[in-house]
Amino acid sequence: MADLQKLTIGKAINLGLRRAMESDPKVLIMGEDVGKLGGVFRITDGLQKDFGEQRVLDTPLAESGIIGTAVGLAVRGFRPVCEIQFEGFIFPGFDQIVSQVAKLHYRTQGKIKMPIVIRVPFGGGIGAVEHHSESPESLFAHVPGLKVVSVSNAVDAYWGIQQAIKADDPILFFEPKKLYHSGALKAEIDVDGTPDQLFESRVVREGTTATVVAYGPSVKVALDAAAAAEDEGKSLEVIDLRTLSPLDLEPVFESVRKTGRLIALSEAPSESSLTSEIAARVQQECFYSLEAPVLRVTGFDTPYPPAKLEEHYLPDLDRVLHTVDRSLAW
Amino acid sequence: MPSEHWTHPEPGDGPAAVAAQPSPEQVIAGLRATSEGGAELTQLLTPEGERVSSPQFDRYVDDIDAEALKGLYRDMVLVRRADREANAMQRQGQLGIWVPLLGQEAAQIGSGRALQKRDMAFPSYREHGVAYARGVDLKEVLGIFRCTDHSGWDYKEHGFHPYTIVIGNQVLNAAGYAMGQKFEGKVGDDDSEATICYFGDGATSQGDVHEGFVWAAVYDAPLVFFCQNNQWAISEPTERQSRLPLYQRARGYGFPGIRVDGNDVLACLAVSRWALEECRHGNGPVLIEAFTYRMDAHTTTDDPTRYRLSDELEEWKLKDPIERVRAYLARGGGADQAFFDQVQADSDAFAAELREYCFNMPEPPPERIFSNVYAESTPMLDAQREEFLSYLDGFVGAGEH
Repeated sequence: MADLQKLTIGKAINLGLRRAMESDPKVLIMGEDVGKLGGVFRITDGLQKDFGEQRVLDTPLAESGIIGTAVGLAVRGFRPVCEIQFEGFIFPGFDQIVSQVAKLHYRTQGKIKMPIVIRVPFGGGIGAVEHHSESPESLFAHVPGLKVVSVSNAVDAYWGIQQAIKADDPILFFEPKKLYHSGALKAEIDVDGTPDQLFESRVVREGTTATVVAYGPSVKVALDAAAAAEDEGKSLEVIDLRTLSPLDLEPVFESVRKTGRLIALSEAPSESSLTSEIAARVQQECFYSLEAPVLRVTGFDTPYPPAKLEEHYLPDLDRVLHTVDRSLAW
Repeated sequence: MPSEHWTHPEPGDGPAAVAAQPSPEQVIAGLRATSEGGAELTQLLTPEGERVSSPQFDRYVDDIDAEALKGLYRDMVLVRRADREANAMQRQGQLGIWVPLLGQEAAQIGSGRALQKRDMAFPSYREHGVAYARGVDLKEVLGIFRCTDHSGWDYKEHGFHPYTIVIGNQVLNAAGYAMGQKFEGKVGDDDSEATICYFGDGATSQGDVHEGFVWAAVYDAPLVFFCQNNQWAISEPTERQSRLPLYQRARGYGFPGIRVDGNDVLACLAVSRWALEECRHGNGPVLIEAFTYRMDAHTTTDDPTRYRLSDELEEWKLKDPIERVRAYLARGGGADQAFFDQVQADSDAFAAELREYCFNMPEPPPERIFSNVYAESTPMLDAQREEFLSYLDGFVGAGEH
């Protein structure tokens, strides 16, 4: 009998972490407040109680220290899972991530593996103060040696975190913090089932009028837009990228060949970003299929604004529909 | 604990506390106290080659008889000879760059020979002497500087992590590794493991080094921080990094700090053995400041005549790490001229072997650009490699890579 559990994204990650720790004693969780408090979002709730302080480490308060010691622990044979409290605090650890985590495997021609997962709650919409709502994932996707994924739903969250921990490559695991505890996104998960491939994107809604590609928190926006568009007689195909590095764009190419139109959606600023890369690759692969230029719906090329303005900054359903109309008007 | 060079002002001390702060001259005098023989310096062999007694540390080198000391001497001469050869090869355009260790042989051989096989060392990028002591073939080190490789040796086999070029990164990496040793229960008796981490005086200004101190302290990691204070971080002197002697920083983190004469191989061996033993028994971490001097440039791109006086170098030449051992050995310490001649001949042969290897070092094939970026490669990267190799194959005379 399948063990079906109905879980939010947050609970799904928690259970995924628990499963990973049960199956491999070398898995460690480390970060600020991840122990007794269970993390500021409670994602690691209860794990220290069950696995002890040596496997769930409440660390000193320094991100370079968290990542830098994880490197040494990985060299020693552990599989550290680092939690960064908010994406805006990852930058003190950026040096260790790009200089050591990303390069040790290459530098040693495979002698040293870096099976490190860095969990990063990211994105806006929670009404937070500065440094708590950003989308820096493109900065990491640009770095050779790192892999980057982002989950948009509980099923992927549950399986994705376990697969990321099992992988021998370092993985930045971007979690949509706004959706952690969304009851609407609760999903029934066969927790003993078989997962999808981690590094594949997926069509989550089929359509024929235009394609919308998104990841993380934006997938929900894309799906909401698709539902609204249906009322207007437009059929949007929605693709959840899931993997940001490597980018799996084959399903996107296939979809664009069908619909002729692509809207790339992300909360991040647009310049030199993942949506830029998607636009470049789609025009390269699907030039003769495109009925309109690839259009983007993104955050603006500004620092994240004060949260009283974030409803204007964050791409929403209306901006997506407006952009679909622009594409169709071509 | 060592005494202070000056009194720290404390809250509530009032205006007098301000007056108690050191003048810049006092800071420099404190930092460089050992130029004139500072009281806090641990030394077993004077620059004149006289063995001095240390109640605390003598027992750590009880086993170093004439033969063993001759071995340390030989190590230092070979490493210096290799260093000079590599420096010359850079000048001849055979190496892209070289990072000289001249003057730091005692710090590196002394600490390197203190390690057990099961220990792990995390070097910066000047630790050719430690590499040698760990059994790494210096030919593999040379590959880094001829730009054919980033790191050739097997870190596990030698207990010697790859070189780390970003200043201070390796200190945190070492702290994590030592935490792992602790978590695995490899601490507690004489057979336990320890880690040693090398960095310079300039690195002590980096956040990673500070964080490494914090992490190692709060997790009681079996980690010896081995700071080679060679007085200069490229052109920045130690007084640009610190107000007080670097070893005294350890107190602020809650573990022992000690300053050793970094030009005294016997003292470096003894103090490192002591510190490693402390770590093995769970009393780590420990900070060692090896007070030494970089007698050559920072790297071959550097020009020390722009920022330091030749007097300084002349003064430090009198404290040469090799000459003092030679003096001791020659003055009834158990070595005759034939020994010195043999070591000289061995070192020349060692250098010639390196030169021969360097000149004939194979260049990596183009596909190496793409190899081992990931443990599990990606379709995009595979496609990029195939496209590039097929592009190369399109040239006349291709196919030799």
